[in-house]
Amino acid sequence: MLLIDCPYCGPRSEVEFRCGGESHIERPGPHGEVSDEAWADYLFYRTNPKAEHRERWLHAAGCRRWFNVARDTVSHRILAVYPMGSARPESAA
Amino acid sequence: MTSRYSALSLIREGLNGQRGWAPAWRDADPKARYDAVVIGGGGHGLATAYYLARNHGISNVALIERGWIGGGNTGRNTTIIRSNYFFPQTAAFFEFALKLYEGLSRELNYNIMFSQRGMWVLAHDRHGVEMLRRSANAMLLNGIDAEFHDGQSVHRHIPGLNPAPRFPILGGMNQPRGGSARHDAVAWGYARAASALGVDIIQNCEVTGFLIDGGHVRGVGTSRGTIRADCVGMAVAGHSTELGRKAGVRLPISSYALQAFVSEPVKPCLDTVVLSPATGTYLSQSDKGELVIGAGLDLFLSYAQRGSLPWMERAAAGVVELFPAFSRMRFLRQWAGIVDVTHDSTPIIGATPLGGFYVNCGWGTGGFKAIPAGGWCLAHIMATGTSHPLTADFGLDRFTSGALIDEAAANGIAH
Repeated sequence: MLLIDCPYCGPRSEVEFRCGGESHIERPGPHGEVSDEAWADYLFYRTNPKAEHRERWLHAAGCRRWFNVARDTVSHRILAVYPMGSARPESAA
Repeated sequence: MTSRYSALSLIREGLNGQRGWAPAWRDADPKARYDAVVIGGGGHGLATAYYLARNHGISNVALIERGWIGGGNTGRNTTIIRSNYFFPQTAAFFEFALKLYEGLSRELNYNIMFSQRGMWVLAHDRHGVEMLRRSANAMLLNGIDAEFHDGQSVHRHIPGLNPAPRFPILGGMNQPRGGSARHDAVAWGYARAASALGVDIIQNCEVTGFLIDGGHVRGVGTSRGTIRADCVGMAVAGHSTELGRKAGVRLPISSYALQAFVSEPVKPCLDTVVLSPATGTYLSQSDKGELVIGAGLDLFLSYAQRGSLPWMERAAAGVVELFPAFSRMRFLRQWAGIVDVTHDSTPIIGATPLGGFYVNCGWGTGGFKAIPAGGWCLAHIMATGTSHPLTADFGLDRFTSGALIDEAAANGIAH
């Protein structure tokens, strides 16, 4: 069970949160010039690492705000929490 | 040594003190070169190796497995077999798998204990009833058995249902030919039959990299040395992206933990399979007497083979609500498997940008029921270089062409 440290509310139980998937994915553009491959990559292809993963979480049953989490997908240990919009930091491990 | 299983050989070996049984399969050491290599000793990989030898006469095959055969998702699922799909392509594919399962014990000379006890999906509101009617109609149009039942009929057919649950049962759909099978027997049966045809089953052998020359795979590097082959198939479920990365092949797959658990064993009390998506209940009883309970995905990436407590609580609450008599039963074991989820919940069987490298993945929460067909079709493309007609639409190209088969949204299957 995850204990997630919401940057706005403090540590709360996993059941209050929703995971929004991989962070730092940018929509390719301009739209008319995006190849099918780049569009497929944007929609469907993820890194899915067996290692540290950067992902977005929503405090759905709390402040309803989004933030980024660096989490290990094997141990589930949360390595860092950082705000939306900030650049991808170096490895948090 | 006795290697063929029959009533007669059972009696003979019984009188002989069970000393004459041959090992079910050869635990082989890797050779330097094979005609084909199959990575992954789960049901799909073992079935692929078997059908390469049986259907295509390619028996110089190595099946390599990091741990022990059947120890991944094949040993971690809830063993339900059904073909209640919606779209023509998926319905035809999973129905083919079910038909192969129906003859599999005889085909493999190994009792897989396939019990066609029916598979029920319940609806608890008007919209659920409409979706079930739609499902049943789609199945009938696809030539698959399906029955729609009203709430009273559901209560008559399923023993022990709560007569007045908080969310009343308004309808149900049964696929009478659905049921469950013994998961280990499926893996062991395919392993034994493949080994008998000459396939080398190599356990404790981890793939560490791929030999690639001119855009074509030439073999795999493993923890037990280099194995050369110009044709490599991969069926490794939740680890597909990790291994694919080593081959330079990206796959549109996310890995999640799917949890299940069993109760202590009791005498036979539930003679069918019950799925209630609305209450999060997926329940059957194994031949050993344990209630086998499936939960849902933890919706964050995971390679840990354990599920979360919230889902365990939710699944248990669903079971107790629908079957109050089970409320005092104790859990015996809990575990999770790492499942390979695609965006459209339809599997991927096909070629990759790397020549000679073929994949079988993307099963999500429903790979066990597809094992015979998944193996059959991966073997087909490995042997012939072209997709089997049943999986022509299951290729990687659908993610760029947009021709997705959005089975999850259409059929309400929990994956």
